[in-house]
Amino acid sequence: MADNTNTSLQFVRRELVAAQKPPSQEIGLLAWARKNLFGSIFDSVLTILALLTLLWILPGLIDWLFIDAIWRGTDRTFCATVAQGGIQPDGWSGACWAFVADKFQLYMFGSYPVDERWRPMLVFVIFAATLAPLLMPRVPYKVPNAIAALVVMPVISFFLLHGGVFGLSVVETSLWGGLLVTLIISYVGIVVSLPVGILLALGRRSEMGIIRMLCVAFIELIRGVPLITVLFLASFMLPLFLPPGTSIDKFLRAVIGVSMFASAYMAEVIRGGLQAIPKGQFEGADSLGLSYWQKMGLIVMPQAIKLVIPGIVNTFIGMFKDTSLVSIISMYDLLGIVRSSFADANWVSAVTPLTGLIFAGFVFWLFCFSMSRYSNFIERHLDTGHKR
Amino acid sequence: MKKTLLTVALAAAAGFGASAASADTLDNVKQKGFVQCGVNNGLAGFGSQDSAGNWAGLDVDFCKAVAAAVFGDATKVKYTPLSAKDRFPALQSGEVDLLARNTTWTISRDTQLGFNFRPINYYDGQGFMVKKSLGVKSALELSGAAVCVQTGTTTELNLADYFKSNKMEYKPVVFEKQEEVDAAYDAGRCDVYTTDQSGLYAIRLTLKQPDEHEILPEIISKEPLGPAVRQGDDKWFDIVSFTHYAMVTAEEFGITQANLDEMLKSENPDIKRFLGEEAESTIGKDLGLDNKWAYNVIKAVGNYGESFERNVGQGSPLKIARGLNNLWSKGGLQYAPPIR
Repeated sequence: MADNTNTSLQFVRRELVAAQKPPSQEIGLLAWARKNLFGSIFDSVLTILALLTLLWILPGLIDWLFIDAIWRGTDRTFCATVAQGGIQPDGWSGACWAFVADKFQLYMFGSYPVDERWRPMLVFVIFAATLAPLLMPRVPYKVPNAIAALVVMPVISFFLLHGGVFGLSVVETSLWGGLLVTLIISYVGIVVSLPVGILLALGRRSEMGIIRMLCVAFIELIRGVPLITVLFLASFMLPLFLPPGTSIDKFLRAVIGVSMFASAYMAEVIRGGLQAIPKGQFEGADSLGLSYWQKMGLIVMPQAIKLVIPGIVNTFIGMFKDTSLVSIISMYDLLGIVRSSFADANWVSAVTPLTGLIFAGFVFWLFCFSMSRYSNFIERHLDTGHKR
Repeated sequence: MKKTLLTVALAAAAGFGASAASADTLDNVKQKGFVQCGVNNGLAGFGSQDSAGNWAGLDVDFCKAVAAAVFGDATKVKYTPLSAKDRFPALQSGEVDLLARNTTWTISRDTQLGFNFRPINYYDGQGFMVKKSLGVKSALELSGAAVCVQTGTTTELNLADYFKSNKMEYKPVVFEKQEEVDAAYDAGRCDVYTTDQSGLYAIRLTLKQPDEHEILPEIISKEPLGPAVRQGDDKWFDIVSFTHYAMVTAEEFGITQANLDEMLKSENPDIKRFLGEEAESTIGKDLGLDNKWAYNVIKAVGNYGESFERNVGQGSPLKIARGLNNLWSKGGLQYAPPIR
């Protein structure tokens, strides 16, 4: 018993067997495909259908977008067939990237004077430089950074873009356009709507009657009217009611309209988060003797906002895309300026509108997708055990 | 119903407009230092932006001409690009001083909406484009066709009238944006495309197979396109009207941008008077402008023929023939009252 070595057992393994590779049918691409793509007959049918669809669409798409596309050119003849008065063989069709390249500056800055375009470019740089570190959780100095990005940056940007100080010439907002306008409106909308939305949501749940009524009235009024109507009224009807001579900048009106809209929607998203916080959290905070603002700021809001990050980002993305509605009041955001550029007689051709719209769609997608990925990252970063 | 409401709203707006938008547009414009001009948000040849963001087109030239007449400087103009639907509220509310946006002069726009029209800077007419494969040779054979049309335009109304008066059926396929109509027609969602003939030629260029489409001979409407101003400001109305007539008169006299300064030395009393070289003439002053106003207009944009050829005629990709827009002496309709 005491000496194991003299046991009568025939075989005792004294060292671990070297780990073997799993059976060849269980690993590699083939096994993965069998498990995920051909797991059942139904799966197999779907996979084959999907593959056939891809085979049917992709080659044509790639041809059109890249291979048959025109990358260089100076006018419409490069993107038109002989029958249309151009140089391409009849029956040709492909993307006209030369058109987008020629219009690129217009798409970025609108009618902003050519000599002054370093100003919006500088604004883009400042924008990236203040926002990027703010979005990275590891970078320290969050409070000064936030002040720089949310307060200082907008003010500097405004004076840079509008001019009229430090010897900069005045560039009126009616000349701003393209991606510049899209970004300004959505950035202001995002920066304004989150805090205002939080206040509105708290107000709606407040026990003070007047505040509650005001908040409910604001939210329901704004949510009950289409954005396009508010923009239209602000732009064409407001001047009729104001005394002659007073004018509020149209751009400012649009920014305020969009921000109010986003705030109302944001308020409801945040309220959704507040509803999800158990009553015990409120009572616990009260029992610690915290004031109302301490309770909300330290206990309730951090939990509520974390819960509704997808909803918040959803609102941001929706708003980013809604900015294209400002073209109804003759302000040209990215989509508006892309569309109006189709009318340039130098570039009229069958493929320019499609190419321009694909470009606009791609830029919108780029921004919305980044926002979406970033929100995923933040959700994972803040994850404290609610994961399902 | 919707239409009635819109009309009432616009009529109400027009009522306000008279009081809200300052009655003396010229003083207002001079005080601001620029003309705010409503233009098309994208129509090749009439109003569009080039790659540097500069506006160009026949209507844009007209805006520049008015700025040149008022200030002697064609750059003192700002553009408000407007869609077909937004153009009237924009003029009524005083958002723009002048609407030069290929707008058809009709009696209801003149009376009900409270605008004034006089000069016509482009005589157009509504036509039809069809696929050749349909074998249609006349618009009267279009019964039962699906017709693509842009909403909010006189085109839509003329179309309904034309089919009704000829006791034909049709299915309207309506869009708000022109490129949507273009795409729908090219994709075969309708058999017929109707809009002003000037537009049809430009649109045909953009189709996949221009050869397979033809423009039918019928013109079913008169579309006199011209600048519009608010009613009740005759001084401004005169300036806008005579800016166009000055461009036409210059063409009649053979004055071009190039030979303008030589023409100053002309002995012809009409030309001298026109260019402000006649000492005792008060034409410019009576308009509330400088005596060199016509000189400034031609210096800035050239005569009517030059502007036409540059924007929509042989000097442009559209290559539209002068046709009705030629001078009256050459078989067209462009006719200017004497400037004396």
